[in-house]
Amino acid sequence: MTTKRKGKLNFTATFSIACVLLIIALMISILYGDAKIHLTTIFEAIFDYNPKNQQHNIISEIRIPRDIGAILVGVALGTSGAVIQGVTKNGLADPSLIGLNSGAAFMLALTFAFYPTAPFLVMMFAGFIGALIGGFIVLMIGRSRSDGFNPMRIILAGAAVSALLTALSQGVALLFRLNQSLTFWSAGGVSGTTWNQLMWAAPFILVSLVIIVSMSKQLTILNLGETLAKGLGQNVAFTRGITLILSMILAGIAVAMVGQIAFVGLMVPHIVRYLVGTDYARVIPLTAVVGGLLLLVADTIARMLGEAPVGAIISFIGVPYFLYLVKRGGRFS
Amino acid sequence: MIDPKLKRKQWYAMIILTICVLLACAWSMTSGEYKMSMGAFFKTLIGQGEYTDTLILMEFRLPRMVITILAGAALAMSGAIIQSVTRNPLAEPGILGINAGSGFVISLFIVVGQVDADNFIYVLPIISMIGGVLTALIIFSFSYNKGEGITPASMVLVGVGMASALSGGSLTLMSTFDEDQSEFIASWLAGNIWGDEWAFVIAFLPWVIVLIPYLLIKANVLNLLNTHQHIAQGVGVKIGRERIVLLLVAVLLSSAAVSVAGAIGFIGLLGPHMAKSIVGPRHQLFLPLAVLIGAFLLVFADTVGQVILQPSGIPAGIVVAIVGAPYFLYLMYKTKSV
Repeated sequence: MTTKRKGKLNFTATFSIACVLLIIALMISILYGDAKIHLTTIFEAIFDYNPKNQQHNIISEIRIPRDIGAILVGVALGTSGAVIQGVTKNGLADPSLIGLNSGAAFMLALTFAFYPTAPFLVMMFAGFIGALIGGFIVLMIGRSRSDGFNPMRIILAGAAVSALLTALSQGVALLFRLNQSLTFWSAGGVSGTTWNQLMWAAPFILVSLVIIVSMSKQLTILNLGETLAKGLGQNVAFTRGITLILSMILAGIAVAMVGQIAFVGLMVPHIVRYLVGTDYARVIPLTAVVGGLLLLVADTIARMLGEAPVGAIISFIGVPYFLYLVKRGGRFS
Repeated sequence: MIDPKLKRKQWYAMIILTICVLLACAWSMTSGEYKMSMGAFFKTLIGQGEYTDTLILMEFRLPRMVITILAGAALAMSGAIIQSVTRNPLAEPGILGINAGSGFVISLFIVVGQVDADNFIYVLPIISMIGGVLTALIIFSFSYNKGEGITPASMVLVGVGMASALSGGSLTLMSTFDEDQSEFIASWLAGNIWGDEWAFVIAFLPWVIVLIPYLLIKANVLNLLNTHQHIAQGVGVKIGRERIVLLLVAVLLSSAAVSVAGAIGFIGLLGPHMAKSIVGPRHQLFLPLAVLIGAFLLVFADTVGQVILQPSGIPAGIVVAIVGAPYFLYLMYKTKSV
């Protein structure tokens, strides 16, 4: 049983610092690139846009959408991970480890195969349905009869379901000669984000985030134990169902935008809980900001390495962290 | 004593499986772009075929076939040993990340090393083994808990993490390659059997010839290791040393296999489990069957992949995963304790 624990730091201060860091990272990320751009040009491009100025074009059509895309994906994956960890009481859960990402990728592969000109809204929906399917299979098999959501079983089932769905996506990609290479399905990249995608994705991500924040009290109570939550008059099945579906929407959209990126949803909530404690009204907003920050930084590093897949870079940071968590026995918080 | 009935059952099963392997080979040989009839295939096999048939069979199809058979056998054997030694029914070189480790070191080698094309084939299994052994070491040292030893649960958890880190690493390295090389790594990771010359057979065969019989001889020790630790110790098995040697051999075997056949998972799971369901858990009985089943499955999967999509084919690793992953889930569902 998890007790509500106070964090090491003051929430307001931490949250403000995280936001400031995010803005600084955003500036650096927009500045960095092959085309050298001056800081003042950024503000000009935003507030006094001149379509004939090539630098303005680079900023507003390539770099800003890409960076905002990275932030949104980080927000979505981090929040999704925090919710799943809370609801399944599994400290090792992550959208990719429980089959959401590979499920979304599979449905996207099918969409590319049968409806190649699909608008982004359809792709987001396909991602969500896929995440739903993947997550449902994993949670059903991973849920052993005796002790609820056993972390070990969920990870195992997740690994097998991911292997299956990834193989199916690759099969579909080969059969229908999709021009996305095999790697698209296993390593993410945010380089191709467009304003059009952001217009569709941003509202869904932000609304899901707001709903989850508004349910954070229920999540905190649920985290204290199912019996206690029921005793306090909470509709446990409802809370679980809604928050899980929202986390699947978030993961599905993230995959539709950038492909599969693992470990963001694993690492960020752990770091955040360490900083500010286990109250979800604090954990969720801070997770969103730190998730965005992490992905933005990783994407900037990926660009410095000459367009390495950002998912691979995050795996490289994430796995040592994962091993550390396993070493501690996968305990929650 | 082994029940003579079981012994007979094992023989029957072995004969039937050998026939299955041959039939699968025949199907594989006779399908493909150049059509060859079954009759012509068997005729060519005993040296009575026409010139073109002989050329195509001997130079192009047979080496690849031999690689596929050997790789399937090696992977099944390796899975069986790892399962017995760690007493974890769900362990397998693919799920544990050992294949991914081989892949990572191979990609590293391609990036860093100045590869000499002539020697590359012979060096490849060794490079792959280095990767496999290092990964196994990391997995075992991380999943070792004071007091409990290596628990199956933490071993698989660490393995799953390692697998995703190392394939991530390979993909990162890949992005620095030119197109050909990155294409190669991608299809290697998908489990595309790419060794198709006799040179690959020569590079791979010695490992199989030495290591598989060694493991078959060790069947009795394996039986004991699979019982409780104290029983094994009581009858005089040096547990620590035997375990390490057997695991090392299993890892070498699977690394050698994936170096020529690509990262193929789940064969090490399907082979041993199917074999055990036929003749039970005694290693003398089920290991030979597991080897045959592994070979059959990989040949079959490879052929299915080739037939579905011509001419490039769907990598055998993908076909195996589509069959193997549901089986894994079924096994998980059955074993409540894990």
